[in-house]
Amino acid sequence: MLVNKKYIYESMNSSFTFPKGQIANIKGRCMSLKGDDIDTDRIIPARYLKCVSFESLGSQVFADDRYQGNGSHPFDLDKNQGSTILIVNRNFGCGSSREHAPQALMRWGIRSIIGESFAEIFFGNCLALGIPCAIGSSELIKEIQDLIEFDNSEEFIFDLKKEQLFNAKTNWDIKFQSGVQEMFLTGQWDATSTLIKNSSKLNDLMAHLPYLQNFNPVKLN
Amino acid sequence: MSTGTLYDKVWDLHRVAELPGGSTQMFIGLHLIHEVTSPQAFAALKDMQLSVRCPERTIATVDHIVPTLSQKRPFLDPLAEEMLSTLESNCTKHQINFYGLNSGQQGIVHVIAPELGLTQPGMTVACGDSHTSTHGAFGAIAFGIGTSQVRDVLASQSLAMNKLKVRRIWVDGILNKGVYAKDLILYLIKSMGVKGGVGYAYEFAGPAINALNMEERMTICNMSIEGGARCGYVNPDSITYNYLKGRPYAPKGQAWDRAIEWWGKLSTDSMATFDDEIKFNASKISPTVTWGITPGQGIGIDEVIPILESIPVCERSIAEEAYTYMNLKPGQPIAGVPIDVCFIGSCTNGRLSDLRDAAMIAKNQKVAKGVKAFVVPGSEQVSKAAKNEGLDELFLSAGFEWREPGCSMCLAMNPDRLTGRQISASSSNRNFKGRQGSATGRTLLMSPAMVAAAAITGEVTDVRNLLDVSE
Ligand code: SF4
Repeated sequence: MLVNKKYIYESMNSSFTFPKGQIANIKGRCMSLKGDDIDTDRIIPARYLKCVSFESLGSQVFADDRYQGNGSHPFDLDKNQGSTILIVNRNFGCGSSREHAPQALMRWGIRSIIGESFAEIFFGNCLALGIPCAIGSSELIKEIQDLIEFDNSEEFIFDLKKEQLFNAKTNWDIKFQSGVQEMFLTGQWDATSTLIKNSSKLNDLMAHLPYLQNFNPVKLN
Repeated sequence: MSTGTLYDKVWDLHRVAELPGGSTQMFIGLHLIHEVTSPQAFAALKDMQLSVRCPERTIATVDHIVPTLSQKRPFLDPLAEEMLSTLESNCTKHQINFYGLNSGQQGIVHVIAPELGLTQPGMTVACGDSHTSTHGAFGAIAFGIGTSQVRDVLASQSLAMNKLKVRRIWVDGILNKGVYAKDLILYLIKSMGVKGGVGYAYEFAGPAINALNMEERMTICNMSIEGGARCGYVNPDSITYNYLKGRPYAPKGQAWDRAIEWWGKLSTDSMATFDDEIKFNASKISPTVTWGITPGQGIGIDEVIPILESIPVCERSIAEEAYTYMNLKPGQPIAGVPIDVCFIGSCTNGRLSDLRDAAMIAKNQKVAKGVKAFVVPGSEQVSKAAKNEGLDELFLSAGFEWREPGCSMCLAMNPDRLTGRQISASSSNRNFKGRQGSATGRTLLMSPAMVAAAAITGEVTDVRNLLDVSE
C-alpha cells in the first residue's frame, strides 16, 4: 500500500470538534492548494473507502499526492499545520459522490473552503457536514494564494454574513451560492438536527399511518 | 405535476413537515441496513449523542462482504470480519433485529425483506444501497440513500426529500418464450438511456407488467436505478397479495382484510396524470445482453455490436471507451463471444424463480470446458427452497458450483472476483469497469437462463435455441 508513514500526520487539531449549529464565522489560518479539477480520488484514494468509520480519514487525506510529494505537499508543510481555511482553484472536488472526501478534509482540520468553483455533489456533501464553501474570482483567489504562500502566519476571519475574508490588514469579498448562506447562519445545514426537531409531528403521523396501526380504519386523504 | 398516482398518495401519507429551503421531511416506514453503509452512520450517531429513533422499524442483515465458500467465523479477511462484528454490536446496542449468518433468514437485503413480508404496499422504504428500488415491486416507494442519510433515518426515522416527477412506463403485449423480466428491463434501459430516469419515479404498468410474478417485478424495479430513476414501482394487485399472505411480517387475521382494502385504495387512479408517459411492446423484445460498460449498452442476442455511426453523438465517446475496454469490435455479433465465468445470483436475479429458469437450461447438460460457473442463492431461504426442489444437485451434476448466500460476484467486496481480463456472463445489474473485482475484468449482463446457456456452450448463446432442444 502506498503510504509513507513519515508524512502522515494525525489530526493537527487536538481540540477536535465537529461543526455544529449556527455557523457565522470561521477563524483561523489559511492554506493554499493550487490546481484545477482536483478530484475526490485524489482527496481520498478509493482503497480507503472499505472502512467502518471515517475516523482515520484525516491522516489519509491526499495520501497518494503526499506520498509522491515526499513532504512538499501543502498538507505536509509545517507552516500549514493547524490551518482551518483551504484556498483552492477551479472545479474542486469533482469525481465520485463519496462523502469520504469532505470527511477526510474535515478530520484533518479544514473548516471552510474558498475557491473559484466547486463540483456540485462535493459542495452538497460539504454543506451536509457544515463546511461552508465560498467562491471568489480567479484574480482574487490568486491574490490570496500568493499572499498566504508567502506568509500564512496571520489569522483570518471568514465572516459568512458579510461574505468577507478579512483580518486587521486585509479584506476580501467572497460569495456564497444563494440559499446556502442562510442555511449556515440559521443552523439548518444540519439535516439531522432539523429533522429531529419535528419529533412530535412525526409521532402524530405515525399514530395515523395505517400500517403502523394494524390497519385499523384511518381516513385516506 | 403528477396527480392521483400511487407515488403521490404515498408521498402525501408520509409528509411530516415542509422544511426551510423547499424540501419535505418524509417519514420512512422501513429502514434496511447492512454492514457497508451503516457503520459510519452509527459512529456519527454516537458523536452526536443520539439514539436510534425507531429500532423496531429498522432491520439489518449482512450480505456484501460475506464469503460464499466458507462462512466460518472469523472470516479470513479481517476487514470483512470487522465490518460484520461492528454491525452485530451496533444492532445489539440499539436493539435492532439482525438476520445474521445461519439465522435461516440471512441474505441479500433486497431479497430477504420481501421474503419476510417486511416490504408492503404503500410504505416508504430506505436503505443505504442504490438497489433499494427493488422493493417498489410491492407498490412501496423505495429508494437508496447515502451514509449521511442513513444517519438521518437512524436518528429521526425521516429524510429531507424533494418530490420526484412520475413517468408511466406502459408495456403492452407479453414476453415471448425464452425472454425474461431481465431482458425487459435491459431493453427499457437501453431504450430510455442510463440517465433517462433522472428526476423521475418510474411507474411500470400495462398488460406485460401485470402478467409478471412478484420475483419478476422485483427484477424490473431493481434496475430502475440503472436507468437513472431513483425508484420504480408496480401497483399492488392480487399477485402482490398472494405473495405476501402468510409471510412472517405480513398482517394476520382481520388486519389482513383491512390491509388489502387499504392497499387497493393506494393504487394509481384511472384518472391519474403523469409528468411523462412512454409505451413499449413486450412481444418485440429478444433476449438482451449488454456489450459495453454501462447497463444501457444492451442489444438483442441476434444483433451485432453497434457501429459508432449508429450511436447518438452524445453516447459515442462512452461507446468508444467500451469497444476498447471490452475488446469487442463494432459490427461483431454478440452471440458467440467466448465466456470465462458464469455467475447466477445477486439482488436482481438470485431468487428461486431465477434459479429454476437457469436450472431448466442446465438440466442434463455439462458446463463447457474451461468455464467457471457458479450459483449463489440470494438468501438462506432461497437456498433452502432450491435444495428442496433438488436444484443444488441439478446444478452440481451439470458442473456448476453451489455457494452460500451473499452478494458474491455482483461487486468486488468479497472473495468472489474476476481475475485479469476475464469476461463474465452475469445475472447481476452493473457492468461498470472493474465492478466484478478486476480492474480489467469484463461483464456481460443477461438473464439467469442466458447465463446458464453461456455456461453450457462456453459462449454467448441465444437461450431460445436450448429451450427448443430441451422440449
Ligand atoms: S447483489 Fe449487488 S447490487 Fe444487490 S445489494 Fe448486493 S452488491 Fe448491491
